[in-house]
Amino acid sequence: MYTLIKDTLLSQVRTLWMVFLKIFTKADTVEYPDVQPYMFPRWRGRIILSRDPDGEERCVACNLCAVACPVDCIALQKAETEDGRWYPEFFRINFSRCIMCGFCEEACPTNAIQLTPDFEMAEYARQDMVWEKEDLLIDGTGKYHDYNYYRVAGKQIAGKDKGEALNEAPPVDVRSLLP
Amino acid sequence: MAKIVVDGLEYEVDSDNNLLQECLSQGLDLPYFCWHPCMGSVGACRQCAVKQYRDADDKDGLLVMACMTPASDGAIISIEDEQARDMRERVIESLMISHPHDCPVCEEGGECHLQDMTLMSGHNYRRYDKKKRTHRNQYLGPFINHEMNRCITCYRCVRYYDDYAGGTDLVAQASHHHTYFGRHEEGVLESEFSGNLVEVCPTGVFTDKAFSEHYARKWDLQSAPSVCTGCAVGCNTTPGERYGTLRRIVNRYNSEVNGYFLCDRGRFGFDYVNSDARLTTPVRQVNGVSTAIAESQWQALLEEFTSGEVIGIGSPRASNESNFALRCLVGDSHFYSGMSDSEHGATQLILELARDRAFHSPSIRDIERADAVLVLGEDLTNVAPRIALALRQSVRNKAKELAASCNIPRWQDAAVRELAQHERSPLALLSGYATRLEDVASDSLIDTPAVLANIGHAIAAKLSDKAPAPVALASDYSAAVSRIAEQLAKAQRPLIIAGTCAGDVALIRAAANIARALHASSGQVTDLCLVVPEVNSIGVGLLANKDNLLSAALEKMHSAAVKKVIVLENDLYRRAGHQVVTDALASVEHLLVVDQLPTATTAKAHTLLPTTAFSEHEATYVNYEGRAQLSFQVQRNQSSAMPAWRWFSDRRQGNVEAIVNRCAEEAKDFAKLDDLLPDVKQFVAGMKVPRQSHRYSGRTAMIANLNVHEPKQPVDDESVLAFSMEGIPSMKDATILGAAWAPSWNSNQAISKFQDEVNGELKQGHTGSLLIERTDPNASYFAVDKPAKKGKKGALQVAMAYQIFGSDELSARSHSIQKRMTDAYIGISPEDAEALGLVQGDSVSLNGNGDLATACIRSRIKPGTAAVYCGDNQINAHSIGESLLISKSAARSDDRGISGLIVSDLYEEGY
Amino acid sequence: MFVLEVGSVLTIGLILAVVIVVAAMLIWVERRLLSFWQERLGPNRVGWFGLLQVVADMIKIFTKEDWIPPFADRFSFVIAPAIIMSVVLLSFAVIPFAPNIGVVDSNVGVLFILAMASLGAYSVMLGGLSSDNKYALLGSLRAAAQMVSYEVFMGISLLGVVALSGSFNLRVIVEAQADGWYVIPQFAGFVIFLIAGIAESHRLPFDIPEAEQEICSGYHTEYSGMKFGMFFVAEYIGLVLVSSLITVLFFGGWLGPSFLPPIIWFAIKSSMFIAFFILLRAAIPRPRYDQLMNYGWLFLLPVSLLNLLVTGAIILSTQ
Repeated sequence: MYTLIKDTLLSQVRTLWMVFLKIFTKADTVEYPDVQPYMFPRWRGRIILSRDPDGEERCVACNLCAVACPVDCIALQKAETEDGRWYPEFFRINFSRCIMCGFCEEACPTNAIQLTPDFEMAEYARQDMVWEKEDLLIDGTGKYHDYNYYRVAGKQIAGKDKGEALNEAPPVDVRSLLP
Repeated sequence: MAKIVVDGLEYEVDSDNNLLQECLSQGLDLPYFCWHPCMGSVGACRQCAVKQYRDADDKDGLLVMACMTPASDGAIISIEDEQARDMRERVIESLMISHPHDCPVCEEGGECHLQDMTLMSGHNYRRYDKKKRTHRNQYLGPFINHEMNRCITCYRCVRYYDDYAGGTDLVAQASHHHTYFGRHEEGVLESEFSGNLVEVCPTGVFTDKAFSEHYARKWDLQSAPSVCTGCAVGCNTTPGERYGTLRRIVNRYNSEVNGYFLCDRGRFGFDYVNSDARLTTPVRQVNGVSTAIAESQWQALLEEFTSGEVIGIGSPRASNESNFALRCLVGDSHFYSGMSDSEHGATQLILELARDRAFHSPSIRDIERADAVLVLGEDLTNVAPRIALALRQSVRNKAKELAASCNIPRWQDAAVRELAQHERSPLALLSGYATRLEDVASDSLIDTPAVLANIGHAIAAKLSDKAPAPVALASDYSAAVSRIAEQLAKAQRPLIIAGTCAGDVALIRAAANIARALHASSGQVTDLCLVVPEVNSIGVGLLANKDNLLSAALEKMHSAAVKKVIVLENDLYRRAGHQVVTDALASVEHLLVVDQLPTATTAKAHTLLPTTAFSEHEATYVNYEGRAQLSFQVQRNQSSAMPAWRWFSDRRQGNVEAIVNRCAEEAKDFAKLDDLLPDVKQFVAGMKVPRQSHRYSGRTAMIANLNVHEPKQPVDDESVLAFSMEGIPSMKDATILGAAWAPSWNSNQAISKFQDEVNGELKQGHTGSLLIERTDPNASYFAVDKPAKKGKKGALQVAMAYQIFGSDELSARSHSIQKRMTDAYIGISPEDAEALGLVQGDSVSLNGNGDLATACIRSRIKPGTAAVYCGDNQINAHSIGESLLISKSAARSDDRGISGLIVSDLYEEGY
Repeated sequence: MFVLEVGSVLTIGLILAVVIVVAAMLIWVERRLLSFWQERLGPNRVGWFGLLQVVADMIKIFTKEDWIPPFADRFSFVIAPAIIMSVVLLSFAVIPFAPNIGVVDSNVGVLFILAMASLGAYSVMLGGLSSDNKYALLGSLRAAAQMVSYEVFMGISLLGVVALSGSFNLRVIVEAQADGWYVIPQFAGFVIFLIAGIAESHRLPFDIPEAEQEICSGYHTEYSGMKFGMFFVAEYIGLVLVSSLITVLFFGGWLGPSFLPPIIWFAIKSSMFIAFFILLRAAIPRPRYDQLMNYGWLFLLPVSLLNLLVTGAIILSTQ
């Protein structure tokens, strides 16, 4: 009987009391825009395209962000430079559809696409929420400073010959008779 | 039939096959690399390890390679066994040791067999921390990209390229983990079937270079089942579209037609669809000034053609529907096939033979089964390439026969080849110049068409007494004639191939006589394959009257007997002498041309209406064997182009289905055309089949730059397919199978999930309908033609030559094909060249009329003959005549030259 | 006529105005209080401390399109919010705010209020049924069952008070508490009435008829604009009504030390209960529908009957 009362009635009363006491605690609300809130570095806000430590575009137009996007708001087209680097000919994000889920960032094999702690993206015209590569591409490395995909990938580009990537042996001389 | 037990479940399988193939036939997932449904097993990759048990009591079992183990009755195996799984995982781990960290920048990514198999076998962490071996890549021509780092040495490429397709310039080099697959030096891959490497390679070593230039992942391509329009074989293809442009073509399996492989013309010759030159708006052209016209105007102009006498010139490259609609508009008697006179005549002869019960038109699969083949005059590699590839398989039937006699299963590829060595089934080639099949031919006779026809008659006479006797034949051929006749007589499935391309109906008649003689002697229906050059040559041939020759139409136009002419997707300058066409068109009062791309004919048009390309409309085409096939629409044409039949019929009424049904009802021989239309009843609740994959990306962003408010997905009222991701995908039902995909099978290898059994028909699939009924019971032999008179002194006898890249009008407008095209050339023998003072690559002038070509000295060509390749209509074939005078010219004919020419007998000296 | 006495036009007018204004202000009060209890700030932007939020809300709700869904039954759809508004306002007729403030001095005040509460059930049923919407139908179904059930215990729980005071007249009941509030002898009755009162006005945690997470908005799913506003405001008026009733029946109504006028005592007491109801909303989660019904019939009914029995026995034994 006692436990019944304790678990039902008293627990409700205790709840009421504890909630009532909250009236004396300070509100957590940050009065934006009078006060700018602190944005955590891993906040999932405005999407950017970053550059690798050498200052080259990180995006290799692999399309994985586009396919991971649950609202299909990323569209891009692969192009290739003379020396074999892949890059997006255009890269478009329709932020009026974006739900800032961060799947694109998780899918990105080159750390190119990143979500940043900026949420102030409202526009009066929806059309202005369609961002092209020029709007997305920043000059820095974003959150991940050291990663350079082409230093790891086997594909040959200018300034990195075959066999010069991470953990690669020099190219095989096919005509050699040595074992 | 045999019963095997896999993981405790019993399956009925075919004991003639290996375990891997049968497991896949049963829909089980078992990883593999080196095995290919068309190429048998070699046991190179060790990936398909399974546990096999002696009997039900055996608990230990033995690891075996499924691809090297026969599916014998009572076999008990386990795919799921811990040890087998572990083995497969370790094998793939070692295969991946040097695989680069490349997937994001690899064209294969997303449809990669290696990715699929890695996932399937469970390997997910790289433990090996030593260096990866690397390789230098090679330039392999405009079609194929080479990235050797990605190689896992499964040997599929060389097994396909060398063993299957007969290539010689792609080989395995070096040894152990240095093994390198490439050419001896950088250069264009010579085989006409090199494009299949893209699909054969399980990873990204060989990728589609043209596709890479405007790359999209497989899941992003909007695709539909289509039919190749490059030649008369009608291979099934899956074109893929993205952002409004056609991106690539891959093979679509059809058990009867192309199986797993396409030729390079079919695979790379689609780019003209994206051309900037495409006609987009209805235009009125008066005195060289063209003005776009509005709907009311063109309707009024079209109205003119509904009354009075109108000549309608159809086209062998237009669909049945378009040709039929034109025929309805102008009436039977005014409808012309649009083929040149000789080709029209030859096609009508072929159709006549196609109604003869003594013969059978072999499909590609039938050709692969033939055990003795005679080719009369056709350069198959260049006019119907897929048949040439099939012939390369047919010569291996001898090997299979030998293997069967030694109890070697036919899928034991290496063993069968080792046993057979150079034993091949007979393949006799009679041609005007050496063809690319020479290397597998048992006999190759080079002479002029007239002589070849006579040899044919001689063979027929050897086979049957009733066949007409040939004209006296040079004695050096008699041995070959008796040998070929004997080979054909002995064969179980002999096959005779001829066609229209050699330009002489005598060859077709001779072929028919041989086939008839074979029929008479064996009593069996004989395979007679008669090749035509264009995708719908047979279809338009069926629709047009036999006597309606193009020359008659041109004459009527020239004499102004008929003032109104409609030309349907046809460049008349390719069909008759240039002067004749120009004169005829000049007298026409109102010339209406409908076409996709500007041609010499469209330049003369008074009214020019744009039409859709093959990927932009649903249409049917009839291939060389009379097989009608349905090609679905892949993409929408955003301009005002319409399918040609729509311009000719009241556009407010009717859709494709209606016109197909009408054609089936009204046109003779087309009764079975409506069988091709998918049965709507089999679709759930009227749900359409999506053209886009279930993971199509970018829907809300791809056109957001134009307008952020996404439009409704375009509605397709015409077809059972939808321009969207929604609907019932072709998961099990393969009736409308665009890009094959099955869970955990993202690559094209997923096709096994849609087949009845491996190499079988697609489940509920449609291989097309054979239109022509064979009714004629007792046709007789053709009489032997009188030998033609000798030409002018010093003149060379003309034999028409073709090139896979360039002879087809539309594919010649594709960028990557253009990179492989050569100049028009005159192939002559070294003797003639010496007499004329020509060296390889010299510019020559023809008949002194200003036409220029490049001299191409070939060692295997009869002195006194000239193989004339016209290029992309650079030389007017119809004004050359039977003999030709050539002389050296100072002017260069074309900047392409013939340096890229790949023929088997290019004369080396002095080049 | 224009003096402050029971039944005068001035009094009636004042009561009507005050009740509606208070109800409207409660929208803001509730949001602010809830936010304090949830460590937030609540609406604080419009006017001083967000006081004009009510005005903004009202402007919005009045200027919204007056929309009747084409599939709804027009007559009942329109009349439903009017019914609930009328009955809760009518209930205030018998509430004794102060000795000289009130609309009527009725001998059957308690019965009148119970009668009005019963009529309220029509509103939600009509509203839900006429909407022709599955959520609305489910909502009204729940509302009907809940209101009819809890009316029973509400009535029975009041009988103790009636028995002690010997009258149905609410003024008599208030005056009878001069010696001690009935909350002490009738504690069980008070608790039951409190619970039943929440259920009757379907306030949280008993807002099962309009549980957003399950059935959208229940019976007023299809309502918008001022018609929705009437449901909305009626809920707050109901809240004021139940609080006033508890004050009157169990906490001595206007009675209190004379340094404050009686009406102020009444207001203070009522406000406490209004605040308490809001606290309930902030703290207690919603039970399941079947739990609510089981709780009512299997626990509240026996307890209220027992309460009546004991009260009666005590009265009889002390007489």
